[in-house]
Amino acid sequence: MSSAKRIAAILLRQYYLMRGSTSRVVPLFAWVAVDIVLWGFITRYLNSVSHSGFNFVPALLGAVLLWDFLARVMQGVTMAFFEDVWSRNFLNIFASPLSIHEYLTGLVASSVATSTVGLVVMVSIATLAFGLSFFAYGLMFVPFLLVLFLSGIALGIFGCALVLRLGPAAEWFVWPIPALVSPFAGVFYPLSTLPGWMRAISYVLPPSYVFEGMRALVAHEPFSFGWLAVGGGLALLYVALAGWTFMRVYRRAVRTGLIARYSAETVS
Amino acid sequence: MSDPVLTVSDLRKRYGQTLAVDGVSFTVGRNEIVGLLGPNGAGKTTTINMILGVLAPSAGRILIDGMDVARRRREALSRTNFAAVYAPLPGNLTIYQNLRIFGLIYGVADLKRRIQVLLDQFQLRTLRNVKCGVLSSGEQTRVELAKAMLNRPNLLLLDEPTASLDPNIARETRALIRDFASREAGGVLWTSHNMYEVEEVCDRVMFLSHGRILLEGNPRSLPREHGRNSLEELFISLAREPLAAGAAEHV
Repeated sequence: MSSAKRIAAILLRQYYLMRGSTSRVVPLFAWVAVDIVLWGFITRYLNSVSHSGFNFVPALLGAVLLWDFLARVMQGVTMAFFEDVWSRNFLNIFASPLSIHEYLTGLVASSVATSTVGLVVMVSIATLAFGLSFFAYGLMFVPFLLVLFLSGIALGIFGCALVLRLGPAAEWFVWPIPALVSPFAGVFYPLSTLPGWMRAISYVLPPSYVFEGMRALVAHEPFSFGWLAVGGGLALLYVALAGWTFMRVYRRAVRTGLIARYSAETVS
Repeated sequence: MSDPVLTVSDLRKRYGQTLAVDGVSFTVGRNEIVGLLGPNGAGKTTTINMILGVLAPSAGRILIDGMDVARRRREALSRTNFAAVYAPLPGNLTIYQNLRIFGLIYGVADLKRRIQVLLDQFQLRTLRNVKCGVLSSGEQTRVELAKAMLNRPNLLLLDEPTASLDPNIARETRALIRDFASREAGGVLWTSHNMYEVEEVCDRVMFLSHGRILLEGNPRSLPREHGRNSLEELFISLAREPLAAGAAEHV
């Protein structure tokens, strides 16, 4: 019960910050909405000029939506963490009964709340304005989201560990992480398009399994649930690895005194 | 006599070749206010950070209410709280929001009522919905003290708690802390550079220099025992010693 209260405190903090700040609320849906509108028109145009009969809406617009969801989940975790970085709150947080496990769970809970807002807006625009039908994915939409959610959580926690280790200025390493991963994850093209060395990296990235599966479903090709399960297993492994990395970085910070003097601009 | 609320045994912190804290041992009893004094860089904040579990000691042991901070961190820290000038509460949240969040983290029972009591005690009621970032430094200090007392800690760590308060509020704050120490079951470890304040508030003081405790005793009798007119004079004579080792013998 107390543990749930401590986790709720982190979530409540995010709620208070959101409630009082338009500049925090608008980015939850504005940029993903722009992305969906942009790609909605691109897919509409591609459908009009392509005579192959291939429907680009579920393949491309759906891919953008799913990828943006992963990015929102990751940013949901890192943004909640950055609030403590920006407000120099580490000493108050880490000198309290709050455990690292509870703290990270609170960041994840914040991310669930904020990424849900983005997802609802994206799905609404994609469905109402561009006719994206999630029936094309069937029930697989749920495991697709789950694997991407876990991947976003893993990237988010890893990003937090990076900033805790390298200092506040390292947040600029964190923002581009989704963009760095996307070429390898085959968001817009089949993995067979990639050269061998890039494909080798793709196979260790859980989102690759989601986007390959999504394209197979849209093209009415055979889809292996076992293949997606591999992606899910990898995503779970990465969440555990990211948590372990954060814990190791935190313990080092406690050993070296970094937590106590984190307010410095760079601490590396 | 009841068990001390804080027991620090042979505490050391080494950064490379530098010993920031060098074998410090002391206790804080229940209802006792202990002053930890020393020049800048003496190791006071390092010691406090180790007690708070945000800095791992190189050696030694810290027990809060009999619980080892290294092994039973959560239980130990749920009985502790602190206020320090270098640990302000988030400025983008209001006083009430900050107190509510930290009240949940510390598992405070009947939180709403507790917050109301503290807002009254620290004269913050009219400011409850003001963001901490726009408060004056004195008001911020009062909020930090209110947060520090949220969970009625058995051990209260105060790092220069009255540094930015005007004399009137500082006096009231000292009275509140004395009241806390006498009524609750808690003990207080207090650092300050204001020797008059220390003399007024503390039951016992320890002089720390170069990571070692040089002197310990009653702040009202200690200066006379060492041939000085005041605590401030004693402080200055100890702080000016080039090497801490043996300084106490020279005083």
